[in-house]
Amino acid sequence: MKLYLKYVAMHLRSQMQYKTSFFLTVAGQFISSFSALLGVYFLMDRFHQAGGFSYSEVLLCLAVILMAFSLAECFVRGFDAFSAIIANGEFDRIMVRPRNEILQVLGARIEFSRMGRLLQALCVFAYAVPRSGISWNAARACLLPLMVVAGAFVFAGLFIIYAALCFFTTEGLEFINIFTDGGREFCTYPLSIYGERILKFFTCIVPLALVQYYPLLYLTGRSENWQHALAPAAACLFLPLSLLLWRVGLRHYKSTGS
Amino acid sequence: MNGLRKYISFFRIRFYAGLQYRAAALAGVATQFAWGLLTLLLFLTFYEGNPDAFPMEMQETAAYIWLRQSFFALFNLYAFDSTIFEAITSGGVAYELTRPMDLYSMWFTKNAALRVSRTMLRFWPILVLAVLIPAPYGMMLPASLAALVGFVVSLLLGVSVACAFLMIIYDITFYTMQPQGVRLIFVSATELLCGDLIPLPFFPSWLARPLSLTPFAAMSNVPYRVYSGNIAGAELWQSIGLQVFWLLVLVALGRCLMNRALARVAVQGG
Repeated sequence: MKLYLKYVAMHLRSQMQYKTSFFLTVAGQFISSFSALLGVYFLMDRFHQAGGFSYSEVLLCLAVILMAFSLAECFVRGFDAFSAIIANGEFDRIMVRPRNEILQVLGARIEFSRMGRLLQALCVFAYAVPRSGISWNAARACLLPLMVVAGAFVFAGLFIIYAALCFFTTEGLEFINIFTDGGREFCTYPLSIYGERILKFFTCIVPLALVQYYPLLYLTGRSENWQHALAPAAACLFLPLSLLLWRVGLRHYKSTGS
Repeated sequence: MNGLRKYISFFRIRFYAGLQYRAAALAGVATQFAWGLLTLLLFLTFYEGNPDAFPMEMQETAAYIWLRQSFFALFNLYAFDSTIFEAITSGGVAYELTRPMDLYSMWFTKNAALRVSRTMLRFWPILVLAVLIPAPYGMMLPASLAALVGFVVSLLLGVSVACAFLMIIYDITFYTMQPQGVRLIFVSATELLCGDLIPLPFFPSWLARPLSLTPFAAMSNVPYRVYSGNIAGAELWQSIGLQVFWLLVLVALGRCLMNRALARVAVQGG
């Protein structure tokens, strides 16, 4: 943990060397998710509801996913550069050091400019929560942060799976983008609106529906089923499973020799 | 004629470079297809919920989405030629200037070639799949022969407008020397305004109408809607006229900015 904090401090200092660039990138991140938000606004303004969910409910869903994604992105996006780390032989050097490999890969890249998105998520939260029309009680109030944390776990797991697959393919697989960036994009709306089959997929295989659709049913009072409220906890299991895949990949690792 | 040949060979070099990455192209096709399907399901939900508020025919929307997915690499605003940014920030532009070629035309050609070659590998598998799957998910054939011709013409014009627009971002890098921030701001705003996120007819009408006159609407918006007949007749001629107009304006602006930047170019280090 101490080592990770050291990495954080190091990256923070290095990125603060280029202040203009840093703040421009933060602004860019902000505008980029803002235009996505506008897209949602235009559609909801025109149609008033999406598969039975109102604008404020969609907004809440968006806030949860945006927050979860940007948290995961802030800390775990180091895995994004993993194909490069493997290809240039950097990983061999990581392996010979007497420290945890995951920690070192994470430390290789921490981007504070991603805070732009986090900032945006906070704004949307501040806007959406009071307007969501949810009658809050203790259980529901606890559920909301749980959704965010579980969502961050799932996205983190996806980033790790992406990296773990690099052990086998050396090259990064673009397809996983449909779950990471695509997940952020499409999970703006409760996943039920894409139909039964897509919902099943996102329940059983990539458990993103467990952090938004099911708990949202409970939050909005559509369901009293406690299983729906506990769904995010189950989604958290995705992270240990992806770490397991990472272990398998690590054992399979052969250096590229460069 | 000799002058043009230089640019054609530049185009070919870049074109073949782009064709090398076949595995990446396959992964790209799968991703684009899945992305398109999810987008389509989203719009279908909106359509079923409230068909009266739907501003286009569902069939036209489906065609728009599939064309967007097929020609994604052609209009992808996030794809810049990194060698150009390097040339600007590292001072390599000094070498480029020694070539007996016009810098603007050279860079414009490089950009266009990379886009066209990336698209060549990717567009047809998605189109074929999209035509084969049944309605309402599938893609219609062109509305008419005229629509098909209009589509091809406006597609070529649209790519040129997009390249001319991106050239201005390269020009700005001469002044800022740090491409990331400015680029991200420009690109994410443009992504929304040119109808990449949702088609322009889905914008509120107070915004859609003035927006249709801007260069943003002159990129991918026109061809994708001409194909299905959503833009036809007099409106078609008007849209193509606007594309030509913006192409001329953006190229003139880009050249002017570049000449001014080159006049004060300071090559960093040796």
